[in-house]
Amino acid sequence: MSDPNQLQERRNEYWRRNLKIIGGCLAVWAIVSYGLGILLAPALNAIQIGGYPLGFWFAQQGSIITFLIIIFFYAWRMNKLDREFEVDEQ
Amino acid sequence: MSLQVLSIIVVGLTFALYIGIAIWARTGSTSEFYVAGKGVNPVLNGMATAADWMSAASFISMAGLIAFLGYTGGAYLMGWTGGYVLMALLLAPYLRKFGKFTVPEFIGDRFYSKTARVIAVISLLVISITYVIGQMRGVGIAFSNILNVPLTIGLISGMVIVFIYAVFGGMKGITYTQIAQYCVMIFAYTVPALFISFQLTGNPLPQLGLGSTLVGENQYLLQALDETLVDLGFQPYTEVRGMSMTNMFMLTLSLMIGTAGLPHVIVRFFTVPRIRDARKSAGWALVFIAILYLTAPAVGAMSMWNFINTMQPGEVGAPEGNVAVENLPAWTDRWEETGLLEFTDKNDDGHIQYYNDGNEEFAQMAEQEYGWEGNEVTKLDRDIMVLATPGIAQLPNWVIALVAAGGIAAALSTAAGLLLAISSAISHDLIKGVIKPDVSEQGEMMAARISMGAAILFAGYLGLNPPGFAAEVVALAFGFAAASIFPTLMMGIFYRKMNREGAIAGMLAGLGVTLLYIFTYKGWFFFPGTNMLPDTAEYWLLGINTGSFGAVGAAVNFIVAFAVAKMTTPPPADIQKLVESVRVPRAD
Repeated sequence: MSDPNQLQERRNEYWRRNLKIIGGCLAVWAIVSYGLGILLAPALNAIQIGGYPLGFWFAQQGSIITFLIIIFFYAWRMNKLDREFEVDEQ
Repeated sequence: MSLQVLSIIVVGLTFALYIGIAIWARTGSTSEFYVAGKGVNPVLNGMATAADWMSAASFISMAGLIAFLGYTGGAYLMGWTGGYVLMALLLAPYLRKFGKFTVPEFIGDRFYSKTARVIAVISLLVISITYVIGQMRGVGIAFSNILNVPLTIGLISGMVIVFIYAVFGGMKGITYTQIAQYCVMIFAYTVPALFISFQLTGNPLPQLGLGSTLVGENQYLLQALDETLVDLGFQPYTEVRGMSMTNMFMLTLSLMIGTAGLPHVIVRFFTVPRIRDARKSAGWALVFIAILYLTAPAVGAMSMWNFINTMQPGEVGAPEGNVAVENLPAWTDRWEETGLLEFTDKNDDGHIQYYNDGNEEFAQMAEQEYGWEGNEVTKLDRDIMVLATPGIAQLPNWVIALVAAGGIAAALSTAAGLLLAISSAISHDLIKGVIKPDVSEQGEMMAARISMGAAILFAGYLGLNPPGFAAEVVALAFGFAAASIFPTLMMGIFYRKMNREGAIAGMLAGLGVTLLYIFTYKGWFFFPGTNMLPDTAEYWLLGINTGSFGAVGAAVNFIVAFAVAKMTTPPPADIQKLVESVRVPRAD
């Protein structure tokens, strides 16, 4: 391995990037469930998607589907980041 | 063949299946007993985790709560799935890298303290025992239904079976048994939902059926349900009802944080083969959980619709509009015998009226215009809704039997897992790890069995006099997990300078304040009659109900831990280095 300071710097950068990705994912997580599913739901209920009022749909269907997408996106994104910073499992 | 005999046969067959698989898998390899899931395909592992996780609360209780809470029931749906996002992003990969086997072990090592480990064990016990109470209630209801006996007897038979099942041993640890349990569970849950959705809307997919029009009509199911409920004095189904929006928000938050702090679920991510898999395996678990959770809203709404139409086949207010006592369908007789459903013909008109007599304006109007003298469905336990659903929809007997088997699979798989966690925490972490390290192997086993038996008796007693419906009791357990385990784990990973003093103070404060709040309204150690304040909205602090308080407890834990850590010495250099290494997947 190269110079330990440089390695440490790379690792810190890796961690910062990770925190950024986590922050983005959690923002979506919070907006969909607490925003669209709860706080904005009464307003969104004015919109109908088929027989579903939209706020109701987010609280009982949409948020769960979003959670699944977030987890698989994060796994994919982090595996990419691991390879980029050469910290993936060998 | 009578329904009872059929049910016993179906339940017996599923038991034979689990035991058969356990024996077959055990001869293959013994190591699986200790490390569940190692070397198992992540998809199959996700399925097993889903079985481990989905309990009587998810299977038996949740859709029933949704049926009555309507839109607001989304708190349970979002709370119990959204926690997996926290788990996958904030805990799983790092705990896997750390490579310990139990949560108290991680906390003890990361915070270089036996005291921290003991507090983690106590938190684990509080969480798991509360959780088991909810399961016992579920098991009791399922058994009293199958055997056609009152709830007490159903519960006692359930206790005996859970005890044998848990003591029988590491059967629980074998991933393949859990995969079988998952299949039974999901089949039992979705088959009746498909039937009912097709009956009502012509669309067999419940997720689409819930958003479709009723067969032969131009009206959407949800719209019709809203209108019917309003006609009977209730709040519309698709709007906030049953709890305030603040409580819905807080409950969702508590359940999410609690999910990510449940020791028996976290443990599964310690043992996946690679960190890459740890990230993904939470996702696979959620895929299999979502199959049930995306179906539950339809089960809730459709069983409510069917129930109301059973009680009110004709026009509201018409003399013959309600079901006549002698015409009550067969499923109601079965449930009346368990004592969980009760009708009282208050106005002696030979018909049963189901409406909201808590709505004074409506009740007055109904009395004057219709001659109704109160809601005549005098007892309707929400925990019976899912098990009664196939009966209400007049589905064939084999479907009813199947649902009962699914409910029992859900309750047993989780209860047995929790009991194993309780007994190993006491015998391994507490007695062998701290109190008496030189205990003999027999002594350790004995302690494990005694603690398991004691936990079943305690949980069984409280299952008879529960502090709430199964899903509500389980929600309390999540509140404890949110207040104690999750914040400590998260700070242990994301805050390098979090030290022993901070973690201990945070856990004590978070768990303490949550215990105090819940016991104040639910009674000391949940014993009925020992509560200090009535459990109603006007007495709650800021209107926050007991199930939603875990989010406050978590905040207290974070704040106290942070403040104490700032005031005391930072952790030793080797611990800080350890935290650095946990953050990177590659070993070095």
